[in-house]
Parts: sequence; structure tokens; C-alpha cells
Amino acid sequence: MDLEDLVNKIRKKLPEAVLGTANFRGETTLQIRPEDILPVCRFLRDEPALAFDFLVDLCGVDRLPREPRFEAVYHLRSLKTRELLRLKVSLPGSSPRVSSVFSVWKAADWMEREAFDMFGIVFEGHPDLRRILLTPEWEGYPLRKDYPLRGKEE
Amino acid sequence: MAAQETMILNMGPQHPSTHGVLRVVLELDGETVVKATPDIGFLHRGLEKLAENKTYHQCITLTDRLDYVAGMSNNLAYVLAVEKLLDLKIPPRAQAVRVLLCELQRISSHLFWLGTHAHDIGAMTPLFYALRERDEILFLFERVCGSRLTPSYFRVGGLVQDLPEGFEEKCREFVQTFPARVDEYETLLTQNKIWMKRTREVGVISAAEAINWGLSGPILRASGMNWDLRKTLPYSGYEGYDFQVPVGQNGDVFDRYIVRIREMRQANEIVRQALDRLPKGEVIASDPRVVFPPKGKVPESIESLIHHFHLASEGFPVPQGEVYASIESPKGELGFYLLSDGTNKPWRFRVRPPSLINLSALSVMAQGRLLSDVVAIIGSIDIVLAEVDR
Repeated sequence: MDLEDLVNKIRKKLPEAVLGTANFRGETTLQIRPEDILPVCRFLRDEPALAFDFLVDLCGVDRLPREPRFEAVYHLRSLKTRELLRLKVSLPGSSPRVSSVFSVWKAADWMEREAFDMFGIVFEGHPDLRRILLTPEWEGYPLRKDYPLRGKEE
Repeated sequence: MAAQETMILNMGPQHPSTHGVLRVVLELDGETVVKATPDIGFLHRGLEKLAENKTYHQCITLTDRLDYVAGMSNNLAYVLAVEKLLDLKIPPRAQAVRVLLCELQRISSHLFWLGTHAHDIGAMTPLFYALRERDEILFLFERVCGSRLTPSYFRVGGLVQDLPEGFEEKCREFVQTFPARVDEYETLLTQNKIWMKRTREVGVISAAEAINWGLSGPILRASGMNWDLRKTLPYSGYEGYDFQVPVGQNGDVFDRYIVRIREMRQANEIVRQALDRLPKGEVIASDPRVVFPPKGKVPESIESLIHHFHLASEGFPVPQGEVYASIESPKGELGFYLLSDGTNKPWRFRVRPPSLINLSALSVMAQGRLLSDVVAIIGSIDIVLAEVDR
């Protein structure tokens, strides 16, 4: 996949969406402006030459003490071209919110719920955003870096 | 017309057909499933959090405990990710042994699935047959690394040690007898009328929907999608093996059964080819940054002792960056996303668990089916809750 070509294609449609690009060990990462993630994903899936029809994975990352603190990381694959593409959005520590991509890939359903459960990232527009692995009354978000590794005594 | 009332039925978390501790909240109209909502997390151990506090080397043992009926595959996916971060080259013998063991693991995982799945539906005999052969494989694993379920045999850079003496003969014996054993399973099930009634046109999902739900592995192929990472994005030298990817048509429980049965035969062929070509040579890369000094040297030379001590206590630093590496595990696409901050521990250790994502489509497959079909559908997804919950 030609990175420049890909970025140009996205910019043609969404001029402000791509904030940066990176290439490491043959993997391409695009930094996306958070408010553009949903249209970018829809475009990447629907554009016939790109056809990123498979959401491989979606997860959160906590970059504490960096600000913006959180990242949502999307791994997309095209079953047609066999390309893998990583998208990232950076989200502020005070209120990490980003649009849900459930309407693009249903696979995002549980992945977004898990990122919410573990990091407290809110996916707006998700049809059923609640904790998935932990109990509903759980306090805190365990995969945040300031969450203790060992439990506290009651 | 009288108002329709549905009933809520709680299935699990202690139900024997849920393969662990899965709870499914079923909304039923009579015997028909209106909605099936899985409730997971009973086995959540915070594995990703634990991994962030362990060195890259220590994390290998954690991966054994994901899909515990396919430990070798988990190890492979993880070490591939670390090796990608380090940009390491793996010796050919290590590559071939990895392929060999992972294909044996695929057979043993499918055998366990076959036995339990058939048992869920009411056929008891296949369980005993399947576990008989599975035990032979576990016995081989025990010879290789001393452990049946938690191998931790693959290391960053290669293998912990070479195959033991006599392994190849024992393995060849298995490879020669196994196809006839698969015939036995098939005589019990494939043409069995009850089996067909319970599995055909049950839990159907189309290829387009399966892709949209992110399904992978046999369940995706049973829907007619020819997608196998060993072929489409080869790793560990799979491009050099001659094998076919079985694909179904109807995307129902029966097709998933047929796909896995055929996959076992193909996996057996790959093991045979790997045995035939097993190259001689080193089994681990000669990179002192990450590879332990040979065991014999440690008590003899002070430098090796220090080197060993450093690696064991501090681990090794990994270049800053992020990678995603994935393999075709018996369950589907098992991937690891590692984010390194340049230290000896992963900043983020994310598992892409095929069981979890395949299970997320349960409600789609179960909707409109009978209650008894739910058992067949759960079995056909082939989940391991330790991987679902991590």
C-alpha cells in the first residue's frame, strides 16, 4: 500500500482528518483527528480500492503522564488487498469520548465495550455501552496506569 | 390476540455445555429464542494488566493460560510479536519445529472441540475416541517440554531446547495412524441422521455478516470465505508447505464441523511435511541481547553467569514502537498488539482473542432458533472462556 496515496485519498474526502503518519516494521499507522474517526472508517470500508472490510481489533491505551492521555487504537484489514492499517485517535484524560464505529463494523460491539470497561473511554452512539468483563458496580478502570496492580484491603 | 409474553431463562454460568463459565440470558417465546445475551467475565484475571508488569520473557507463561487447549499457538503468536519488535531472524529448524507443534496443537484443539461438541448434542462415543488421540499429542508435548497444557516451549528467538531423542519416530507413528482415526470419527457423525438434524441449517451466518462481525477461523471459512492467515499472510514459513484450506458453503453448525474435520487432516499433512524436511541446525537465534547463554556454559564461565543473571532478573529492553502480529490459531485469528516504550516490559499488551470476537455474534446465530439449538451453536463456535475473559 502506498502511504502517500492512501493519505491523499482520505484528505480528498476529509481534508483535516489525518494528523500524522508513521511506519514501523512495515506497519502503517495513521493518527486521526478524533471527531473524524467515524467518517474515516466508513470511507476506508466503502472505498472500493481500499475495502477495509474487517475490523481486526480495537483497544484502548493509557499514555499517562502524557496528555492527551488516552488512545483508541483500531486495526483494520482488507480481505481483498490483505493490507493491515492501524488508526489511532488521542483522547483527553479528563473526558475521553469518541464516536462508536459499531455502525461500520459490528465487530466493534464488544471491543468498544471492553475499552470502556478497562479504560473508561466512552464510545458515543454505541447501542449498549456497559461493562463487559467486570461487574456493573465495579469502581475504576483497571487498565489505567494509575489503577493499582494489587487489590486494596477492605 | 392475547398479549405475547416472553420468558427469561438463565443458562449458565455453571451449565455443562457452556464450556467453562459462560452465562447466556435467553429471552424465549415458547421454545424459540428471541434474544440471546452472553454474559462473560467470570474468568477475568486481568491478564493484560499482569503482562504490563512482567518482562517480555515472563509474559510467555501468561499466554499459555489464554486458550489453554492450544498453548503452543498462544506462545507462537506472542513470540512472533516480540520478534517483530526486535526485528529478529529465526533459524530454519526452530521455524519448522514451531509449525510442526502448532499443527499438532491444532489437531488436539479440534479433537477436544469435537469430543465436547458432540457430547453436548448427545453423542457420547466421539468424546472417548477424540480424547484418545488428543492424549497421544499431549504425550508428545510432554516429551518435548515436560508439560501437557502449558508448554512455554517457544522463546523469543526460537525454542528453549531441541526436540528430544525419539520424538520424530513417535510423532511419525501418530501421523501415520491419525487419518484412519479421523475416518472413525466420521463414521460416527458425518452421515449420522440425528447429527445432521441437529446441525444442518442451525446457527447460520452469511459470509458478509461473519466478516462484519469480525469472525475468523473455521467459523468464517464455514460461511464460504476462503481466508486463512497461513495462506493469505504466511508466517513462520507456512508458504513452503503444501496444504489446502477447507471451506464450507452454508455457514451452519454442520459446515463448521466438516471444516474442522478436514482441517485436522490437512494439519496432519503439514506435520508430515515438517517431519520430512526438518532441517538440522540451531534452534534459537544467536542474539545475546535476548537469548540466554547455553545452559552448560553458565556454571563454567563468569561472563555467562552474569549474562544469564541479567537476562533472568531484568529481561531485555525492546525498541520503542508498536506492532501487531497474528496467527491462524485453532480458534481463529489470534493476535498480539504490543506497544513498547523502550523498556523491558510492554507498555500495552493487548490480546486479540478469537474466542471473544467469535462469541460476540452468538445472538445473531441463535435468534429465531430453538432453545436446544443454542447448545449446538455455542459448541460450534469453539470457545475457551479463559481466552474470552483473559
